[in-house]
Amino acid sequence: MSVIGQTLDPPATLTSPSSLEIAARHASRRRRQVVITARLAILVVVLGGWELGTRLGLIDPFFFASPSGIADQVWTWVTEGTSQGPLWEQVVVTLEETLLGFFIGAVGGVVCGIVLGRNKLLADIFSTYIKVANSIPRVVLGSIFIIALGLGMASKVALAVVMVFFVVFANAFQGVREADRAMIANAQILGASSFQITRAVIIPSAMSWILASLHVSFGFALVGAVVGEFLGAKKGVGLLISTAQGSFNANGVFAAMVILAVLALVVEGIITIVENRLVKWRPVPFDGH
Amino acid sequence: MIAAGPAIELVDVTRRFVTPDAKVMTALRDFSMTVKRGEFTCVVGPTGCGKSTTLNLVTGLARPNQGDVRLFGQPVTGISRDIGFVFQADALFPWRNVLDNVAAGPMFRGAGKAEAHDKARDWIARVGLSRFEKHYPHQLSGGMRKRVALAQTFINQPKILLLDEPFSALDIQTRTLMQDELLDLWSEAGASVIFVTHDLEEAIALADKVYVLTAGPATVKAVYTIDLPRPRVTAEIRYDPAFIDYARTIWGNLREEVQRSHNQASAAA
Repeated sequence: MSVIGQTLDPPATLTSPSSLEIAARHASRRRRQVVITARLAILVVVLGGWELGTRLGLIDPFFFASPSGIADQVWTWVTEGTSQGPLWEQVVVTLEETLLGFFIGAVGGVVCGIVLGRNKLLADIFSTYIKVANSIPRVVLGSIFIIALGLGMASKVALAVVMVFFVVFANAFQGVREADRAMIANAQILGASSFQITRAVIIPSAMSWILASLHVSFGFALVGAVVGEFLGAKKGVGLLISTAQGSFNANGVFAAMVILAVLALVVEGIITIVENRLVKWRPVPFDGH
Repeated sequence: MIAAGPAIELVDVTRRFVTPDAKVMTALRDFSMTVKRGEFTCVVGPTGCGKSTTLNLVTGLARPNQGDVRLFGQPVTGISRDIGFVFQADALFPWRNVLDNVAAGPMFRGAGKAEAHDKARDWIARVGLSRFEKHYPHQLSGGMRKRVALAQTFINQPKILLLDEPFSALDIQTRTLMQDELLDLWSEAGASVIFVTHDLEEAIALADKVYVLTAGPATVKAVYTIDLPRPRVTAEIRYDPAFIDYARTIWGNLREEVQRSHNQASAAA
């Protein structure tokens, strides 16, 4: 509302272009400050309310934990280690499973998506089965993988792969199908072979779709790894959660969650950096503010 | 190969499509056309009459159901290396900068990167875009993108040049500039051209010969030889009395077909 008000009634002093620019810069800085302050306020209210509630006895910390308890738990894990060994070891194991599953699933998804996207017959044959596979709650396969591959890393990686593969596959497939007909014909007439068309036209135009799916599917890979650990493991953050659950340690469950969230945010940031590098040709999206 | 015969020949060509709901649609019927070497031919006709189909037949992307398509006396079997094609839609690669877009043709055809880039720089200079080598297509105006598309096509030195309403998306001033630019490039390259358009004045300003097509299924209704002096400046030639005579005569013929096409469309709706 305030933005509209400003454009409708510019103060009488704003006459020269430079003073307009300065005013615009001020307005945008003010807006950013408002956003940041509001974000912090929400954090303080939620965490403070939670903490206060537990202190006043409105919330039972035994069931619902408390921010100070969670912080304590994280601190203990960091300084003294967990019941399964040092914390970093658990994090590394989970991260390893997640990344392995993510890479294998993503590469497999991209390759299959491109092959099926380029071949109408294969696409028609397999499309039904892919729909079926996609509608199965794939987390359940975790149990099968534990039975078949044991308590080690392989079963978690397998679950993460399955979680990632279909998302990336579906996007890569769609991206290939959406590649512009005129652009393909242009490449063909300019002299491109079928392989050159795939490399120079199809893959770049599917890239936006694929990268979008990588954002979502990293989260899925993490879910796959943690659920796998949950179902049966010797190490990992998922095991921390299930151990905490077994000993009615609500703080422990939340503490593990915080650790996973930090992990996910870091990797998400890395993916965004890679994405910006790969698609630097894209027009800068128009930014409303 | 010792080439014999005219650059492009379509002889009694019929082309049918099967629509997704399994109906047969005839786009071209008993269509014949000859383009001599170095000749600039324009094809005009009502919207959706099958003008673009003629171009697809020449490229080999579509095959005739009946009749023959020949380039320099040889039947068309696939996409010929001699062909260049400028599309109506933007067909540049948005993830490549201007230099890499123009260099695409030679590189697809096996040239090294350095050689292709040298050649590309030369062609970019010819269309006056040297300062924009590193720009991506989305950073250029519509007219500049068309210039890149022309450079991208001409760099392969096509003996046969096909253009499918290439300037229809441009504003009228830019369109006139691009027409002159095209005539310049063409007179140097000496290619044989089929230029498809729905703009009759554009056709007369550019062409040696204008083919008027009937409403779909398309066949040749009339052929006019445009005997205006070259080199032409398209913005000025419009006011030449001879130009106006051509426009009046051809439009009299074309109008019936446009009306018929309009009635067909209304009846179908």
